[in-house]
Amino acid sequence: MPLLEARDVHGGYGGMNILNGVNMLLEADQVGVIVGPNGAGKSTMLKAVFGLLHVNQGDILLHGEPIQNLAPNKLVQRGMGFVPQEKNVFPSLSVEENLEMGAFLKPANVKRMLTKVYEFFPPLAEKRRQPAGELSGGQRQMVAMGRALMAEPTLLLLDEPTAGLSPLYMNEIFDRVKEINAAGVGILMVEQNAKQALAIADKGFVLAAGQNRFTDTGAALLADPDVAKSFLGG
Amino acid sequence: MNELVFFINNVIISGSVTGSIYAIGAIGVTLIFSIMRFAHFAHADMMTFGAFMVLLLTAAFPAAGASFGIPTALVMLPLAMVITAALAVGIDKVFYKPLRAHGVKPIVLVIGSLGVTLMLQGLIRLFAGTGGQSLYVDDRKEIFRLAVPFEGVRAPIVITEPQIYLFILTLIAVVALHLFLSRSRLGKAMRAMSDNPELAQASGINTQMIVAVTWVIAGGLAAIAGTLLALDVTFKPDLSFFILLPIFAAAIVGGVGHPYGAIAGVCSRLCRNPGGIQLEHSTTPLSGQPARLVRTAQQFGVCEQ
Repeated sequence: MPLLEARDVHGGYGGMNILNGVNMLLEADQVGVIVGPNGAGKSTMLKAVFGLLHVNQGDILLHGEPIQNLAPNKLVQRGMGFVPQEKNVFPSLSVEENLEMGAFLKPANVKRMLTKVYEFFPPLAEKRRQPAGELSGGQRQMVAMGRALMAEPTLLLLDEPTAGLSPLYMNEIFDRVKEINAAGVGILMVEQNAKQALAIADKGFVLAAGQNRFTDTGAALLADPDVAKSFLGG
Repeated sequence: MNELVFFINNVIISGSVTGSIYAIGAIGVTLIFSIMRFAHFAHADMMTFGAFMVLLLTAAFPAAGASFGIPTALVMLPLAMVITAALAVGIDKVFYKPLRAHGVKPIVLVIGSLGVTLMLQGLIRLFAGTGGQSLYVDDRKEIFRLAVPFEGVRAPIVITEPQIYLFILTLIAVVALHLFLSRSRLGKAMRAMSDNPELAQASGINTQMIVAVTWVIAGGLAAIAGTLLALDVTFKPDLSFFILLPIFAAAIVGGVGHPYGAIAGVCSRLCRNPGGIQLEHSTTPLSGQPARLVRTAQQFGVCEQ
């Protein structure tokens, strides 16, 4: 059974549809990457999957069960984690408190997962008592990903995790995403750095105007001259 | 020495008394603001309501306190806190929640809370009448006069029984709230929601439940503040009119929207406290209102840094 399946999803804000029939299929343990030009509906699709956007038509299935328009906290219960692009930490809470909030629904996880997350992101262990608002962009991204991992999701949604980061942190984040995936967590991410993202993608979804333009494995999309010409800048 | 005694009586003691009452009220105001992002003007009436519940319960069982050795009103306080908390949750369900569900601007909620103020006050007036009533139905208000052992001192240091209870309860409330916000899972979730409601929801925090918890805490604290104020002065249905502004002043000085803000508001009363004297001894408190407004304004200048 696929981890995530989207069938002909239509949706948008206040009557105007931004998504005009998006299809997706992601198996467990796969990395899916959504790329496309600005305004194609990439982040919108991610929000629709996480229940932050009303789906007017079509189905979204998680482990074969329909989840469209469920509240985000219900989706967290069902094993989904979401890392927004902006405002992805609680600035006045300490790093450790931020992480604890990720396990709000699974308080029994806190101790065990804190150790795991600190092993995974060593810089956070040093700053555990520091307010997350004082961290750099890259470290905030680590806090945000760590927070989502605290609930041990089966599917992690990442909205442009490398936006605004220095190349050093960018590579670090991509490495971490690969490791998280290797640990058995399915990943669906939106990325501006299309080439780098598709290189680690099992599945690539190229969206344009709220519809699938190309759907294939990451490697195949990178090799496709049409995709390269219109979406990857040659 | 007489000046020092005067200073202790009229500034330190009465300043701490009003400061404590304002602080407990302001904690509620600032908690509500930090979670729901609106200024809850009906808060002072929740305080009156709490005191009114204590009055009703005390009138019903006037001898209950004797067996514990404390005023009956304090025995009834926990029950009144529960009722006021339930009222707060109920008011939110009926008035504020539908407005939030429509995604209205905060100012609409503020105006709504003004309506709730008038409604609550009208209801209390309907049952309690308009006059002042003492919460000491069957017991006596103890007044302690501590003689100062120096020659030439004419007046003693005066402190009353309810004032002592007030200091103790304020201390307990502030420490308990601090522990709740910094240690408990729910308290941390409350701070998280105050920081970033969307992310709180995305983390799986049940924001509806946090809202309800906020009302329970604010309502319970309002009952404490109202009761202690009514014990110190008297119970009046329009108590809220002359505590509302100072509460907001205390909340603002402490930093509205920061759960810890109101605690700093206590100090604001100690900084400059002629208002305290007036609240205790004036029989027509409304007449002092413009003067207090001016003082509140001054306070910002005095304490803001």
